[in-house]
Amino acid sequence: MDTTSIIGTKNRKEQIITDPRVMMNDAPRTPSFFTGSEVIKEAVRRANVDVMVAYPITPQSEAAALCGELFAEGYIGDYFRGESEFAVMSQCAGAAFGGARVFTTTAGPGTLRAMENFPMWAGARLPIQCIVTCRGINSPLSIQPDTIEIAYLMQTGMLVWHAETAQDFYDWILKGYMVSEEPDVHLPLALCCDGFFVTHTKDTVDLTPVEMCLPPYDPYRSPVPCMDMECPPVRMMRDPFVMKSNYISYATHASWQQEVWAAAERSRKHTIAWLDGLIETENVDADILIVASGTAVSQGREAIRLLADEGIRVGLVKIKTLRPWPEEELREATKRASHIIVPEFNVIGWLARELKATLPRTERIIAGPRVCGGMTMPPEIIVEGIKKALGMRSGVLAGRGS
Amino acid sequence: MSKERITISPDLYDIMPPDYQDLVKHATYGKEDRGWKDIGTSKELLEQHSLCAGCPESMAFRYILAALPNPEDTVMVGSTGCTSLVFPHVAIHNIHSLFGNQNAVASGLKRALTVRFPNRIKDVVVLAGDGATVDIGLDMTLQAWFRQEKFTTICFDNELYANTGGQESGLMQKGFVAKMAPVGKLFDKVRLPEIARESGCHYIVNCTVSKPSLVERVVRNAVLIAREIGPTYLQLYTPCILEIGKDSQEGLQEMRDAEKPNERFAFKEYVSEPAKALLADLAAKAKDKKAAAKQLVS
Repeated sequence: MDTTSIIGTKNRKEQIITDPRVMMNDAPRTPSFFTGSEVIKEAVRRANVDVMVAYPITPQSEAAALCGELFAEGYIGDYFRGESEFAVMSQCAGAAFGGARVFTTTAGPGTLRAMENFPMWAGARLPIQCIVTCRGINSPLSIQPDTIEIAYLMQTGMLVWHAETAQDFYDWILKGYMVSEEPDVHLPLALCCDGFFVTHTKDTVDLTPVEMCLPPYDPYRSPVPCMDMECPPVRMMRDPFVMKSNYISYATHASWQQEVWAAAERSRKHTIAWLDGLIETENVDADILIVASGTAVSQGREAIRLLADEGIRVGLVKIKTLRPWPEEELREATKRASHIIVPEFNVIGWLARELKATLPRTERIIAGPRVCGGMTMPPEIIVEGIKKALGMRSGVLAGRGS
Repeated sequence: MSKERITISPDLYDIMPPDYQDLVKHATYGKEDRGWKDIGTSKELLEQHSLCAGCPESMAFRYILAALPNPEDTVMVGSTGCTSLVFPHVAIHNIHSLFGNQNAVASGLKRALTVRFPNRIKDVVVLAGDGATVDIGLDMTLQAWFRQEKFTTICFDNELYANTGGQESGLMQKGFVAKMAPVGKLFDKVRLPEIARESGCHYIVNCTVSKPSLVERVVRNAVLIAREIGPTYLQLYTPCILEIGKDSQEGLQEMRDAEKPNERFAFKEYVSEPAKALLADLAAKAKDKKAAAKQLVS
């Protein structure tokens, strides 16, 4: 039997469809100085996206508008502005049900307004990618960076990754499709970053060649039928489970919920290969560890540098994926630590809670320092938190009356 | 899709469910002149339904599914409610996702199918209740029309929330006493057909489903106009006999009473100028075809 491959052929914009491993791992990279929003555009340019739906909300508006320019240039099959985040996420669902590779972006209150859609996406096994540029959701109105929305996303059944830098963002947008479209995964991905800190700052990002793009999405590799009438329209069931209050109905819903979460677990092997592990570690033989995700990792790196100047050795664990949760990796990485510092950009400390629910000897876990509402996290407050945990006097922060 | 796609491999034929075998042998996919008259002589695209005995919605489903001009390439979008109890039995791909987001889902779906199948016809038809269309989903209903999305919206108007047990809805008549309207509804039935016209729909019909031939005509028009020109809207009275205190055999009479002149479901049809031209063109082509066939015979 003859076999054919689309690798090496061209897409609608004459980009060469490239083996994703070659494109991401072997192809030459060009350093470029871009904002996070521009980096989103450059990743989408190479992602062979069929449909993008946009809606303005700070701080993702610029990225969503820049993707519109890609549509005008012919890189995206269709693009439009929806009427609200709830509608946008439903429009994304419709497009994904119809077999399209779908991209969208949201932030803060938009994430919360759209929330009903996210467990539906996961339950319907729609591999949509949603960029979440986190911002505050509280009243009074705030548009500032704050990661509290991630706590909600972690319970939806979606894959949830938390990028630290623009480079993470660029690579993970492209790799994210490769993981979430695997037949044994086939789940939506919430690719989160800390708004403004990543979206509105410039950084040098190594880009893959612009003439290369990912292979298109193949909806017939989905574990559930694509709604395009290209496969037999089997009747789904004799009795709709929604109206039956009986054991078979409960068992069906229960087993499907478990299957969705099992699919997220099955994404581990693909994610480990693509992201080089679910966590990244430095000096985890140290007595003191900083465990963080997002830009709190960057601040942690600075704190480690300041402490090194004082002769205090601190290790680092960067968590890349929150769903699937890297439980085994974290247990292994933290097994020697006697102090685990968890800096976060939100008021509730969801990462510390997850860690406390996972790691043995929870008295080691210091939930904080935390900032929220748009505050920055100077490395000095992490330094102070560590010194306090060690019982050392700290004179780092002025004006505290201490 | 053609009938070829659903044909069963001979080796597997005997293990397939009888209703699927029946679908392959006797369904009307690909039949150009399909219509309500096929009901009873062909395999319907609705296997059975989970609605109350005598529910007019079940009649509406049968007529609509028999009337779709292109079921082999049609995808339907539903919403939560009594319709979502029927869709699992329908032999056309259909989507249920959330309550009220049907026109948003259909917008994304239609665009995806257009991107993926640029040279083929893929019709999208929304079918949802009045709560989904006019209350919780009104924003998305209207915005899809403003954007001129090319699909048909069908609203099963039973003038209340039937599936949750008979609560007040926007399309309920003023003064009707219902759950959540304990002293009677205080405002008028929302005039969605008029709003649809102002919102850019090209074909709008307000009627009951008492006459299958009428349902067939308006569904066909609505789908063909949506395919070529822009959004279309059908508001069909499918009374909830349970909630208005009628017996199983009284649904038809209820619809006949409600469609009398000056009653709220007296037949009303709006056709935009481009849609009129399209319908005239289609009628002329059908006439030519008929004449050619006649000539061939003689």
